[in-house]
Amino acid sequence: MAGPGGDMQWCFSQVKGAIDDDVAEEIVSANCKSAEMLRHHTPFWASGTPTSTKAPHCNLVAHCVSAPVGNKGPSECAWTSDIISTVEFNHTGELLATGDKGGRVVIFQQEVENKNLPQFRSEYNVYSTFQSHEPEFDYLKSLEIEEKINKIRWLPQKNAAQFLLSTNDKTIKLWKISERDKRPEGYNLKEEDGRYRDRNSITALRVPVLIPMDLMVEASPRRVFANAHTYHINSVSVNSDYETYLSADDLRINLWNLEITDRSFNIVDIKPANMEELTEVITAAEFHPHQCNTFVYSSSKGTIRLCDMRISALCDKHSKLFEEPENPSNRSFFSEIISSISDVKFSHNGRYVMTRDYLSVKIWDLNMENRPVETYQVHEYLRSKLCSLYENDCIFDKFECCWNGNDSVVMTGSYNNFFRMFDRGQRRDATLEASRENSKPLQVLKPRKVCTGGKRKKDEISVDSLDFNKKILHTAWHPQDNIIAVATINNLYIFQDKVN
Amino acid sequence: MAGADGDDSLYPIAVLIDELRNEDVQLRLNSIKKLSTIALALGVERTRTELLPFLTDTIYDEDEVLLALAEQLGNFTMLVGGPEYVHCLLPPLESLATVEETVVRDKAVESLRKISQEHSPVDLEVHFEPLVKRLASGDWFTSRTSACGLFSVCYPRVSSTVKAEIRQHFRTLCSDDTPMVRRAAASKLGEFAKVLELEYVKTDIIPLFTALASDEQDSVRLLAVEACVSIATLLPQEDLETLVMPTLRQAAEDKSWRVRYMVADKFSELQKAVGPEITKNDLVPAFQNLLKDCEAEVRAAAANKVKEFCENLPEDNREQIIMSHILPCVKELVSDTNQHVKSALASVIMGLSTILGKDNTIEHLLPLFLTQLKDECPEVRLNIISNLDCVNEVIGIRQLSQSLLPAIVELAEDAKWRVRLAIIEYMPLLAGQLGVEFFDEKLNTLCMAWLIDHVYAIREAATSNLTKLVEKFGAEWAQNTIVPKVLGMANDPNYLHRMTTLFCINALSEACGQEITTKQMLPVVLKMSNDQVANVRFNVAKSLQKIGPVLDSNALQTEVKPVLEKLASDSDMDVKYFAQEAISDLVWLAAPKEMKVRMLACFDLRGACRAEQDQTPDTCPHPDCCWHVERCRTRAGLSLPWSFELPQSSTPAL
Repeated sequence: MAGPGGDMQWCFSQVKGAIDDDVAEEIVSANCKSAEMLRHHTPFWASGTPTSTKAPHCNLVAHCVSAPVGNKGPSECAWTSDIISTVEFNHTGELLATGDKGGRVVIFQQEVENKNLPQFRSEYNVYSTFQSHEPEFDYLKSLEIEEKINKIRWLPQKNAAQFLLSTNDKTIKLWKISERDKRPEGYNLKEEDGRYRDRNSITALRVPVLIPMDLMVEASPRRVFANAHTYHINSVSVNSDYETYLSADDLRINLWNLEITDRSFNIVDIKPANMEELTEVITAAEFHPHQCNTFVYSSSKGTIRLCDMRISALCDKHSKLFEEPENPSNRSFFSEIISSISDVKFSHNGRYVMTRDYLSVKIWDLNMENRPVETYQVHEYLRSKLCSLYENDCIFDKFECCWNGNDSVVMTGSYNNFFRMFDRGQRRDATLEASRENSKPLQVLKPRKVCTGGKRKKDEISVDSLDFNKKILHTAWHPQDNIIAVATINNLYIFQDKVN
Repeated sequence: MAGADGDDSLYPIAVLIDELRNEDVQLRLNSIKKLSTIALALGVERTRTELLPFLTDTIYDEDEVLLALAEQLGNFTMLVGGPEYVHCLLPPLESLATVEETVVRDKAVESLRKISQEHSPVDLEVHFEPLVKRLASGDWFTSRTSACGLFSVCYPRVSSTVKAEIRQHFRTLCSDDTPMVRRAAASKLGEFAKVLELEYVKTDIIPLFTALASDEQDSVRLLAVEACVSIATLLPQEDLETLVMPTLRQAAEDKSWRVRYMVADKFSELQKAVGPEITKNDLVPAFQNLLKDCEAEVRAAAANKVKEFCENLPEDNREQIIMSHILPCVKELVSDTNQHVKSALASVIMGLSTILGKDNTIEHLLPLFLTQLKDECPEVRLNIISNLDCVNEVIGIRQLSQSLLPAIVELAEDAKWRVRLAIIEYMPLLAGQLGVEFFDEKLNTLCMAWLIDHVYAIREAATSNLTKLVEKFGAEWAQNTIVPKVLGMANDPNYLHRMTTLFCINALSEACGQEITTKQMLPVVLKMSNDQVANVRFNVAKSLQKIGPVLDSNALQTEVKPVLEKLASDSDMDVKYFAQEAISDLVWLAAPKEMKVRMLACFDLRGACRAEQDQTPDTCPHPDCCWHVERCRTRAGLSLPWSFELPQSSTPAL
């Protein structure tokens, strides 16, 4: 059966992580007693060292085996800190960054040698791992500040080094990832091994020389943008002017200059004078990909507001409001919860905005405010199960969505480790699964089908047997190529289209 | 040169070179700042062949190190062998011009501009111009932005074919894909235009200017406004209308408030550049629109320019333009909804009185001043008060004093301490304007009340305010009005108020002179050394240290010394510490000059001697190093810590 894009089929490429994945959070935290233990170990989904280059297909094995045993609890528990919280390709797609609950950022690099071999081009290996955020404590408010990375955004490349913004709930950091392949050699006062020389033996001055060394990747924090958000930061977006970015929390959006850390401008503030009148919060915000003055933000009420920064310094008044009137026949207790938008993304060409709410993906044309031009049901079969999803809190899951390189296909995640693709031109969709079972190299992913009542056909999965602990919240699509990264709870799967 | 002087002179240089790659950023920075010393020791040949290649590859370093390096290299011409070899400095500066930190790049460009002047015309074409081209066609926008700043320095000194190439490169950068580069080009457009021949200004610059001024990104457009000023000054008056004005008009009405803000912000410069005729016909209405703009930021920027704009209007019909066009807008701004706009206006509005003269001021401006003095926002009132001097000259302050006093009193008692702080700062100015009589009558009580404010910052400001008042009104006035009140507080039950006495004495002793200090203040201070609160006692020690230089040596010996010695054996640790500090400071004051010289000498070599910290004093090769000075210090019997002002920031590890 064909996948989206007509004859495009997806095959497995890699998985980063351990075999005993998909452990629900509750179990995890029960098994790992010491909170201190949860931090400061290499996330094992990133522990595959770039040593397996000669046998790329064996990566899976390599990753599983090389997961440090000592890092796992006695009962092989997964670490909560390993739960992937964001996935993002850089602008060329050569690098793929992931953030996790433990405050770490792991960057994967496309294997250079294989880039020109179509069937192996999606091999990514660990390039750099660093601790971006540490847990903190706000003494004034008696609040713990989690180290979890909420968002990562790459900056347009400005020189040989790469830069990214990573944020937790409160603090945004600008990181530089650079390579070094030379080191200085030669001291006057000591030998290379550190022994001091006799002072009297110095008869001539030596200037150090640089000699080649093994490539070293360094991540260094360049700027820390702190103390500007009272609420939790949910989005960071870099402006197309290469100079500013925005950060959004539940009630406010701030505008920063990338070079200035002690000042930011508040551009949106929806905090009512009386907090009891609070009816909606900001859930996501993003800059337009080309127009430096335009940004959108979405709300928990299912609306999207487009603001123009040219009109006024404060963008409290929006220029456009995208909102679809609710279908009264679907009205229920859960209507408001499921209409909350969990992610908003501009298409690459800047004409459309995609939003994800609990059950659907909608695509809006910037020129039409009253309804979306396209609506795709992600897992409509869950509508009957909203009650139990409310009870186990799954209804508050924040699914993200992404566009492919030419805006013709969109992708988003679902439960049971399923993810969905919608081909906009051909009006086709597919359900695929990220799982260990079909993770043989280059194995083609079989489309999955969920049966909704009635007789279950072969290969179909019943709604009742879906595992709600296995969810795919974060996905990313290579900016040009058909390579996708899909994060399950603590595994990162990389798939590519089938090469004939 | 190297090695000729024997080992001893090589050693400090060897340390400096090694510290170029020390793990401690501060040490690397120190070494980089002494790069000229290293180069001098190495000689020009080795500087060129060894040091510069090493520096070219150090771009991995921290920003502050790179910044220092970029700056140093701008002054390196002599150290590489003079103008003949100046091109050797290009490779390290080229790599610095591509780093991601803007400050470093800017500094590298600045240094490149500097050394470009030291290139011979031939070298400029052989070495410098190719570098500019490389940067201008670099892969990353960082190098292209750096290139923008270099065109104008090499253009005037190259042949006409190369000139054509340079113009072509600049054109390309003006339409670069990345807004960063277009912004850099836009901000250098005016500067580049200045070095171009007039015909090329018209054929090349004007189209670029027009294009940048209608760029899709407003961050680029707003920079074109700045270029507009320089370009307008270059062109003959008759061309302005066709070549510049359409763009300027468009900018003043731009959709984006940031562009209009920029026009407002640059208004005085624009006004001077386009001349009186265009000002009258075009800029006056444009300025009116900016004063009425819908965005408060723009109104505030325009309001800031009201005085300058009016000042620069052609004199023949200045008054008429102001009265019929500007003043109506100003009147509206006085009751603007945005406080930033009002306070921007308040900071300049007083200046209009000198332009309009006495009668107009009384009739039209005075009501506005009075309204602003009653404004709900304290910043507006403060701005009016801080500019009183302009009005004083024109109509005399008496016209205002009726409304002034309540405004001052209200600010003086404002619940926000920052507001109180701000008005304190204007007290000396007010005192000068209002005269001593008015001051004694109405304001003196306020000044004394601040001394017992419950916020420390206010008490502190009140103290320095007293100093300024004494400087203005003289020591006699101080003796009669201030000193008794200040000294009276020494018996206050609240120890914070007793300390305020000490702080005031610290501040006033110099202004009041030896007589008052010795006769009136010193006894009070000495008496307070018996205070039961330790904080007061150690502040006594600090005060004695402070007023010591004002006292005569007799008083120091017979009165201060016994008290300090007593405090030095106080039961409280801090009191002891500060008493010892004071003693050693006063001892330093009395120390013979020769010893002071030796003490200070060691700090100049500190950079080189730091490596010795893990060694014993006996093995240190420098007779003047801190270890040796420490030993002579001990021998001289100065066993107390020294605390004199050091030539460098930190004291040595002892």
